Amino acid sequence: MSAQEYAFIVMAVIGGLSAIAVVTARNVVHAALYLVVTLLTVGGVYLLLGAEFVAWVQILIYVGAIVILFLFGLMLTKAPIGRDTLDNQQRWLGAIVAVGVFAGLVFLIQAAFPVQDAVAFQTFQGDTGSVGDALFSSYVLPFEAVSFLLLAALIGAIVLARKDDA
Amino acid sequence: MIRLPLVLFFSTLLFSAGVYGVLARRNAVMVLMAIELMLNAVNVNLVAFSASLGKLGGQVFALFVIAVAAAEVGIGLAIVILLFRTRESINVDEVNLLRW
Repeated sequence: MSAQEYAFIVMAVIGGLSAIAVVTARNVVHAALYLVVTLLTVGGVYLLLGAEFVAWVQILIYVGAIVILFLFGLMLTKAPIGRDTLDNQQRWLGAIVAVGVFAGLVFLIQAAFPVQDAVAFQTFQGDTGSVGDALFSSYVLPFEAVSFLLLAALIGAIVLARKDDA
Repeated sequence: MIRLPLVLFFSTLLFSAGVYGVLARRNAVMVLMAIELMLNAVNVNLVAFSASLGKLGGQVFALFVIAVAAAEVGIGLAIVILLFRTRESINVDEVNLLRW
């Protein structure tokens, strides 16, 4: 076990526990704040994996923009507090399905990449410059598609959320 | 110097938490948060395989997934606010107008 792996395990435990807290919290604002913790630890995992640009984009876009959007959504809809109003009747069925998905995926990962003979990979330095080169050379067509999607989403959100006074 | 399966287990945990949230929550904003958890699990997998294979494609597609997630949250919250304005409630199990 290397130092990076210890750091990764600490962050994975914090992130996993707060991810569970996001979906079980009784207060919606607490859930949004637990989501911040999860997103920050995921950003830390990206840094440990050598993906610095993705890590900073994660922190800027997710923690900076998406969580703020969620908080606006919660404030504008006067979300109630309490487990019975936040969760539906199929809570236990959902828990069984989620545990089944977890167990199945862990079994498949263990079958495909056994932990005991996994080799720790050298941390790959995908620095910002090389990510930019790849983005604007090999992946320029999906990049344009994403920019078109963002334009459509922008127009769609404005059309949906404005008041009809015409 | 992290072993790949450990990262994959972390992403599995995030994904399962997201599955539970989508199935168990009534509040539409909480369902959207759980979807964000699942998209993050996908991104962790993409970046982990990118680092383990030494190729940049995974990181680039993680960026695309982040952009699509941002668009999805924008549209989703616009729909939720519209729903709240017309129905005074954002419980997804009360929105059954189009159910057969």
